Amino acid sequence: MVLAAVEVKNLVKNYGSIEAVKGISFNVNEGEIFGLIGPNAAGKTTVLRILSTLLTITSGSVNIMSYDISEKPGEIRKIISYLPEDAGAYKNLTGKVYLEFIANFFDPKQKQEMVSRGIEIADLGERINDKVDTYSKGMKRRLLVGRALMVNPKLAILDEPTSGLDVINAQEVRKIIKNTVQKGTTVLLSSHNMLEVEYLCDRIALIDEGKIVEEGKPKTLMDKYRANNIEEVFTKVVQ
Amino acid sequence: MSALGNIVKKEFKELLTPATILPVIIIALLFGSIGSSMEGIMEGFQEKPVLGYINEDSNNLSTIVTTYLDNYSEVIFNSTDIADKSYALEQVKQNEGVALIVIKQNFSTDILNDTRGEIEIYWIMRGAGLFDTVKSEVVEGLIASINREISKALIEDNTTINATIALGPSSRIDTTYFKDREIGLSPGTITNMLASQSTFIPIVIMMLIIFAGQMIISSMALEKENKTLETLLTLPVKRTSIVTGKIAASAFIGLIFAVIYMFGMNYYFQGFQMTAGVSLAQYGLTLTSLDFILIGISLFIALIAALALCMLLGTFAKNYKSAQTLVFPVTMLAMIPMFITMFADFDTMPLALKVFMFAIPFSHPMMASRALIFDDYVLVFGGIIYALIFAIITIIIVVWIFKTDRLLTGSTRKKRKLSFRR
Repeated sequence: MVLAAVEVKNLVKNYGSIEAVKGISFNVNEGEIFGLIGPNAAGKTTVLRILSTLLTITSGSVNIMSYDISEKPGEIRKIISYLPEDAGAYKNLTGKVYLEFIANFFDPKQKQEMVSRGIEIADLGERINDKVDTYSKGMKRRLLVGRALMVNPKLAILDEPTSGLDVINAQEVRKIIKNTVQKGTTVLLSSHNMLEVEYLCDRIALIDEGKIVEEGKPKTLMDKYRANNIEEVFTKVVQ
Repeated sequence: MSALGNIVKKEFKELLTPATILPVIIIALLFGSIGSSMEGIMEGFQEKPVLGYINEDSNNLSTIVTTYLDNYSEVIFNSTDIADKSYALEQVKQNEGVALIVIKQNFSTDILNDTRGEIEIYWIMRGAGLFDTVKSEVVEGLIASINREISKALIEDNTTINATIALGPSSRIDTTYFKDREIGLSPGTITNMLASQSTFIPIVIMMLIIFAGQMIISSMALEKENKTLETLLTLPVKRTSIVTGKIAASAFIGLIFAVIYMFGMNYYFQGFQMTAGVSLAQYGLTLTSLDFILIGISLFIALIAALALCMLLGTFAKNYKSAQTLVFPVTMLAMIPMFITMFADFDTMPLALKVFMFAIPFSHPMMASRALIFDDYVLVFGGIIYALIFAIITIIIVVWIFKTDRLLTGSTRKKRKLSFRR
């Protein structure tokens, strides 16, 4: 039996009079990579922020690993890891000290193991001992991916994980995400990059104007809409 | 529209924002209020001081003194009998007077015999701020003028007395009644001696609050600008820990800065000390170990209150630039009590100003040292308790904001039962 890592039911999020998320429902199964795909301002980041316990919900329900997000946000924070789209790191810390800072919030017995894993994922070589301020955008993103995945979260929530990266760095990050899932982490990500989604995701949900307009396996959706890629699927769905 | 006009129009729109206009308006209002306060003080210089005198000497030279006092001050009591001294002092106190002047027996004879004539001045001092001594300074001026009048009379009469005595015919014995103490100094000297408390401590506290406040507001703004706050808020750490951690770190760094400043400022003010040879300790005006502990507690609590307030303002900061504007209200709240403490004593302030000063939590450590010298523990303990309550309430509000969407979206909207319990 496939267990749901994330259960979202009739989720609504309003910012004042603006309805950002209009009653969406979806499940993310344990051990899969689930992609939320959509244009700018579709509501992807809002959904991910809600699941990361950053924003409150207006109505509906969200359960992560059986914890109700409205009731147990503290418990959820122990088992998730969130990577915001334009996330930064503390500029005056070295990459290694930054990873140690994050690891200090988790089980002290696993601190060294976490930091070693983070350094391995970031793969910055000797530069891990340099200040974050001196890193290129790609290096910074790899450090942050390392930070997000080193804690072995049950659910990794990644907002545009390869945003702003060159082809080589983006490929590296995708490989890291694939490897992480093999070690038992469930991944929920958002992306503009349809090819990336096709390559990475087991299932996807297409989101537009705060509503999920289609959901399924990339291959199934391409067959259903007789499309060559997810980009074409998306275009046909929203038209 | 020409290219030049287009650029000028754009620059106006960019530069003339509420964030740039508001500080200018507040500064203008502040200077305006300082100006009107100064006007009141200048009027104080022009007003006749309220005095009483007892003239035990019935000769000509003492008449010069009493005539001058009658002409240039508002005499509310005069007598020739020293037995009336206690009653006279009471009258001066009740009539908000400045001093009781006693012209000693043989005043004129002594001068004519080459000895300075004695005048005893019993001052009623109400506050140790620089503005509180305005009226006593006026009396000091009167005494100097009286001396000149006596010298003039002596020279005109071709009196054959020592030239030194002719030019400085009287000597003074000062006694000041201040906060239930009798001190053998003039109010001016006491104010000078307390000047280190009046100026040095408020300046250091003002700097400490501004620097520490700026640090914490900038820290919040940078967390938002660099998008590190989002990560921090999704980690398994309580909101209370984030808030108190930031406040504790800024308080510690702020205190280090304060110690560094105190050393520098201490040497700076030592260079201006005018009271060589006279010390407050001679008159029992010293701070005990308990007093120093209380000042430390008052300072620490005020700093925490300031940082909590800055943290609250920091939640409104969108980026580092906007944080600089948000520091402004805190800067004002630190500078206003600093100036007021320098120039006026809490006891002599009008009720509205007292309430205003008490309401600003940063005022209390500024006022604490002077209050403790005169054993005014009620003001100090009251200030500590108030600042502590202020800090706790502000921290609770900040933690509440950290639990809402406000931090990331600018809205605190929470929906009924569906709100998060963090």
